[in-house]
Amino acid sequence: MPAPSPAEQFATLERQGATLRFGMWLFLTSELLLFSGFFALYGAYRATYSADFQAALHHNTLAYGSVNTYVLLTSSFTVALSVSAIRRGAGKAASAWLGLSALFGLAFLVIKAAEYGVHIHEGALPGHWYRFREAPTLGGARFYTLYWITTGAHALHVTGGIGVLLWLAWHARRGRYLPEYHPTFEMGTLYWHFVDVMWIFIWPIFYLT
Amino acid sequence: MIAVKLEPEPMALPPDYLHAKQGPMSWLTTTDHKRIALMFYGAVLVMFLLGGVFALLFRTELLSPRRDIMDATTYNKLFTWHGIVMVWLFLIPSIPNIFGNFILPLQLGARDLAFPRLNLASFYVYLVGATIVLSGLFAGGTDTGWTFYMPYSENTPVTLFPVVFGIFVVGISSIFTGLNFIATVHMLRAEGMTWRRLPLFTWSIYATSIILVLATPVLGLSLILVGLDHVFHLGVFDPATGGDPVLFQHLFWFYSHPAVYIMILPAMGVISEVVPTFAHRRPSSYAAIALSSLGIAFGGFLAWGHHMFVAGISTLDAGVFGIFSMFVAVFSAIKVFTWVATLYRGDIVFSTPLLYFFGFLFLFVFGGMTGVAVATQSLDVHWHDTYFIVAHFHFIMVGGSLTSFLAAAHYWFPKMFGRLYSERVGLLAASLVFMGFVLTFLPQFLLGNAGMPRRYYSYPAEYQWLHVLSTGGSYLLGSAVLLALGNLALALAYGARSEQNPWEARTFEWLSPSPPPEHNFESPPVIDREPYAFDLSEEQIRARAFPG
Ligand SMILES: [Cu+2]
Repeated sequence: MPAPSPAEQFATLERQGATLRFGMWLFLTSELLLFSGFFALYGAYRATYSADFQAALHHNTLAYGSVNTYVLLTSSFTVALSVSAIRRGAGKAASAWLGLSALFGLAFLVIKAAEYGVHIHEGALPGHWYRFREAPTLGGARFYTLYWITTGAHALHVTGGIGVLLWLAWHARRGRYLPEYHPTFEMGTLYWHFVDVMWIFIWPIFYLT
Repeated sequence: MIAVKLEPEPMALPPDYLHAKQGPMSWLTTTDHKRIALMFYGAVLVMFLLGGVFALLFRTELLSPRRDIMDATTYNKLFTWHGIVMVWLFLIPSIPNIFGNFILPLQLGARDLAFPRLNLASFYVYLVGATIVLSGLFAGGTDTGWTFYMPYSENTPVTLFPVVFGIFVVGISSIFTGLNFIATVHMLRAEGMTWRRLPLFTWSIYATSIILVLATPVLGLSLILVGLDHVFHLGVFDPATGGDPVLFQHLFWFYSHPAVYIMILPAMGVISEVVPTFAHRRPSSYAAIALSSLGIAFGGFLAWGHHMFVAGISTLDAGVFGIFSMFVAVFSAIKVFTWVATLYRGDIVFSTPLLYFFGFLFLFVFGGMTGVAVATQSLDVHWHDTYFIVAHFHFIMVGGSLTSFLAAAHYWFPKMFGRLYSERVGLLAASLVFMGFVLTFLPQFLLGNAGMPRRYYSYPAEYQWLHVLSTGGSYLLGSAVLLALGNLALALAYGARSEQNPWEARTFEWLSPSPPPEHNFESPPVIDREPYAFDLSEEQIRARAFPG
């Protein structure tokens, strides 16, 4: 297959690839600032309601959260395998690995939904809807409000990430990514890793300590 | 070696970008940065006129101390709509998305932005966001002021969510554009275009883009949370469920104070091009202007607390935030002195863009000095939430960006459309804009100092004469803006054909034809000199032996 030619604004293909990478890192910086807003809210409220937060946290659904951490980490591993498949020129294998990763992503969402079901049942709801008997404090209500909006925003990102993975899988199957030039593929998978890393920060502050 | 021909053969030119392709679809699906810039131009101007109409309506109500043409709720809605439309839909996208989009690649010697399709997406995302905002407003929504303070925003009886959601969507467009500009400046500079050779407008758009990418997500998040609080009573910032309304102010101003620089930095960039061109001199210090842009961009992130001196932050915090705010004033002053020094012993041509610069200079310095004054806690406690603050931020933020927006609209008009506007009407409109602006807002300084709080539709009778002056000024300002824009609109159809470089400007973007062809440059240009030296011949350049 002939090497693709760069878009008209780029002198070389290398430049085009480097620009795509650069743009993606900028986008991830922007996304990071978005999540930093959630973390800032968490920090500010935890400083105010330290004891309430600890109490509420120990009543959170640790098993669900931890299983989900394993699921996401595994998906990042299979995504990494798909990148090495592309580098070998094995588009079909890459596509399969991505399909598997998307399934893991879906499993994450299903587990998350089940977990939300438990919370709804217990009354661990945000703001005015908070009825959780095991942590009946203002700080508890704060904690679960933040829990819902932060994990909710993260779940939206997982959903978007699954879309990205499936899109890449479709194009990888059709052999659109060359072993020597596939920045779009790399950047798409980078997004999935980013979503994964955000969970690595969310998991400890809402489930562990 | 100069790869760009200084006087290209007319016959050899490809058709300009306006005529390269025909039909509405060639516009709606274009990825040409110049055409996208024009589509933003149209959309943003509609928002500008709309925001102006809202202001004229409530200024009319303020002609007399009592209720005249609207009740309190309508009044509250109108000043809210004015603020929302002007800040989020006009001022923030105006100079970057129109002139940044058009000029930045030309100044860099690039054939387009790094991500042309993302650029088009940015336009449509803006359009969708603006439509959501406007439909939210016209469906009877939002009387919270453009700052959406809690807890009122949670409890207001009118709708809120569509408006904040629309602003969130517009924010996505800003992030796309900012990201695109940063990537373009880093990766698409022509050969020989080193960082020290970037034109100053490009420097300022670059600094603005950094703020857009870093601050917009936090704003989007805090506004969405306000909207969710209002609809679902999540109580994120609601004191009734243990929330902290001041926390919202922190998040909001962490973005929205830098947003002031999103509006003013591009304005400074325009001025930094206009002054050297019409003074026929190089900027007296290139480094001072370029580096102070970055200083403002980063310093601006440390000043947000000055909006909260009376919201319960500690005296120490207030003092620290006050001092950081003054640092920004130092960087701004460096720029002002550099522009004025550029005029010194220049061969000054008195033209419309330069007249806007003189207006800018007065408004910016006056607004800036009152800014230093309100950054001190003792004075701010007296002026907080009065018309003094309204007048201050209109002077610096609106006066600064509006005069530069109009300066840019005139300065790059021949570049964008290949035609000349009527200079006499342009000069007249520029002086009327300045007079109208000062007449509108100077009385508001006095009103605020005399104790008139902002956001009231009725007031004690002793304030009336100042309000009448202010309203009269706003009518004058509105008519003057219409005159300026009408002059340009007429020139679109009837203006004389312009030469390639009618101002004898010395920056690189004037070396391509006006209007430029679809892909800007036939062959990749090579930059061989500093940014404000494109009036010199190769021999002169060699004789001067520029360092670097
Ligand atoms: Cu501020």
